[in-house]
Order: sequence, then C-alpha cells, then structure tokens
Amino acid sequence: MATTEASQRQVPAQNPERDMFGRPVGPTRRRLLGSLAAGWALFGLGAGAGVIGMVRFLFPNVLFEPPSSFKAGPPMDYGEGVDERFKDTMGTWLVRVLSDPLSGRSGVPGIFALSTTCTHLGCIPNWLAADQKFKCPCHGSGFRQSGMNFEGPAPRPLERYRIVRADDGQILVDKSQKYQWEKQQWNAPEAFLKV
Amino acid sequence: MGLKQKIADTQIWRSIFRHGYPNTPRNRALAALSNIFLHLHPVKARKSGIRLSFTWCMGGITFFLFLLETITGVLLMFYYRPTIEYAYNDIIALREHVPLGIMRELHRWGAHAMVLAVWLHMLRVFLTGSYKPPREFNWNIGVILLLLTLLLSFTGYLLPWDQLAIWAITVGSNMARASPFLGHEGPGASLLAVGDVNLVTPASDVRFGLLGGRFVGAGALLRFYVLHCVAFPLVAGLLMAVHFWRVRKDGGISGPM
Repeated sequence: MATTEASQRQVPAQNPERDMFGRPVGPTRRRLLGSLAAGWALFGLGAGAGVIGMVRFLFPNVLFEPPSSFKAGPPMDYGEGVDERFKDTMGTWLVRVLSDPLSGRSGVPGIFALSTTCTHLGCIPNWLAADQKFKCPCHGSGFRQSGMNFEGPAPRPLERYRIVRADDGQILVDKSQKYQWEKQQWNAPEAFLKV
Repeated sequence: MGLKQKIADTQIWRSIFRHGYPNTPRNRALAALSNIFLHLHPVKARKSGIRLSFTWCMGGITFFLFLLETITGVLLMFYYRPTIEYAYNDIIALREHVPLGIMRELHRWGAHAMVLAVWLHMLRVFLTGSYKPPREFNWNIGVILLLLTLLLSFTGYLLPWDQLAIWAITVGSNMARASPFLGHEGPGASLLAVGDVNLVTPASDVRFGLLGGRFVGAGALLRFYVLHCVAFPLVAGLLMAVHFWRVRKDGGISGPM
C-alpha cells in the first residue's frame, strides 16, 4: 500500500498539468498577470480613444463663419482715407494713402488692409474722422490711420492683411495672411497695394 | 393609544422612519444617520463649530446660494434660448413679460453674492488655520470649487448676449490665446508644427475649443450655455459632496486655535 501511495504522490511531480510541449496547463500566476495587463492595456486604449474622440468632437469640420478672403471691388472705388464698408462684415478697414513711410514706402500711393481687432484685448476700435484716429471703446487704446498705436494700453500697432489684385482687377483681401509691424512684416510686397 | 402613536405605527410611517421618536441619544443619532440629507452632518458638533463668530457660516451660505442659483437657473431655462436670434430678447422678456420679473435679478445677484461668500469662506478658513493638516486635501478641493464658481460666473456673463457680455467674453477668452502650447499666440505653440503647417492655429487652439469658432459667436453662446447649465454645476456638485464629506472625515469643523 505504501508503495502505491508513494507512486500516487509522484503523479503531481510528473506534472500532468503540462501539455505535450511541457508548458503548464490552466491558470498560473504569470498567465493571470499577463491577461490582467492585457485587459488593463485594452481598457486604457479604449478610454484614451474615448477621451481623444471627445476632445476632437469639440472641433467641428465646418465653420459657419465669413470666409477669410474677400473681393473688395476696384481700387478706384476708394478715396483717400479710411474706408469702413468692410468693417462689420469682414473686420477690415481699407485705407488709401499717398505715402506710407511706416512700411518703407514714402511717397508711394496705395491701399492697405487694416485689421479691426485691437491689439490690446481684441475689441473693435472706432474710426474717429474728426480726430483722425482709431479709438478702442474697451480700454481707450488709440491708433493712427497707419495702424500705429500711440495712446492707451495697446502694446503694438494694428495688424495688416494681405492685399493683392485679383485676376479680374478687383482688390483681393486675404485675412489668413497677416503682417505685423513689430516683426518688420509691413514691408512685405503683398502687405500694400500700389495704385 | 393616541392618534400620534397610531400614525407612527403604520407601515408607511415605519417604512420611512427607521427609528423611534428622537428623544433619546440613540434615536437622535439614528435620525441623522438614517437620513440621506442629514447624514452629511455629524451626530455631534463641537460648540465652537456652530459659533457664528468662528465660522461666519460662509460655507453654508455658499451652499445655500448654490441651491438658490440652481433653482432660479432651472426656472430661467424655461424661457431662455441660447441662440443669437433669441438670447437677448429672452432676457428682456424675462424682465418685462414673465411673472416675477425679478427671477433673473435673483440669479444675477445670487451669483455675485456666491463669489463673495466663497472668498469670505476661504478667508475664514485661512485665518483660523483650518487649511492645515489633516485638512490640506480639502483646501485643495475648495480651491477647485473656487475656480468652478468663477467659471460659472464667467460662462453666465455671456448669456445675456448684450454688448457688455460679448466684449467681456472676447477679452476674457483672448487670454486663452496665450496659453503655453495650447494657444496659437502662446509660448511653444510655434514648436508644434509639421513642416510649414502650424498645428496650433486660431482654428484649432484651446480658445477655439472653448468658443466653438474663431470669435465670440453662435457657437460660443451655445457652448457657454451648456457649460454654465450642465457641465460646471455637475462637477461642482460632485466636488461639493467630496468637500462636505471630507469636513466630517477630517475631524469636523476645526476648533479655535
């Protein structure tokens, strides 16, 4: 009997819970940890994808906003000075000058497109013809006709937009391209339309 | 057997109240413990904890004002439509055409009072040293609640859709342009580019995500409305539950120094 018991006890020692290749059958610590890790990794991936999806959801593919470039008619429509016809719809002043020394064009007549966004905190200044200046109602910043800031908290001049002739001879203003004076960008060829 | 006892013996009464009349210490404790609204309160409070000159009751007043804002806010939602077509007119209608035209004023003044009460509550907690261990975690929860209170004020500011609202939010949200990496004018934003293509632009930065557009328009109004009425109150409610619970778990209202 004793020998039988001994042989029976040897059965686990021969590892019957191993398959024909000698790998353990059934749950082991390594397998459990492995499947836990795989499960958590899958959960993490799914949760991460969900978060990315939710953030992406907040950025729509189509915007119902005015286009960033527009045609402004032929240059002859514009007299000297500040023109406000595209202020409300396009956020742009078209300014016709005889000379624009700030962009290195002394004595060169032409038109430039000025952004209506105050460089202080983004309000929209008003053109005060009597004072010949743009005056922001929010915090009192003042800008010359050229866009140069001279009073109030605005730290830099108004920005200018790309202005060129379209194929049909009209003025084309492209607001996606802006020119900043403090970066010496007003000198760029397309920041000013010679007429 | 009197009528009172008869009522107290009915199955309805006994199904609601799981304890006898609270005239013994045990039943008084049970009254607090077995009621969802009362169980946030301690069964026993320190004398200093209920002294008005010590707590100023500012935390309680803040919570009261939050409830006031919730009730008046829900009432306002029955009339207010968050579109640029209707928003301003609905605000006027709430004053002129709706019974109890002060409902919107209650909401507005309640909001101002809530910001003040939160500040005073924090001042009291600071002056009494109640932010110190073991309450430092709850102080941080409180700081987040302060932020949420200010965000609720900020998002509510836009909803009347008048000139003040539009330009205030224009100015306020323009600050988000300068967020590091996330705002298109912020430090590091120009580093996030593939070749010549900037990834952080006026149409993809954090300000755009907040406004749902490149300027304060219809998208911004709707987003601020949803944040104001749903998202922020939910988060604030959750954190308030944590805040109140931690007051209990950290040893109740702190004693005098």
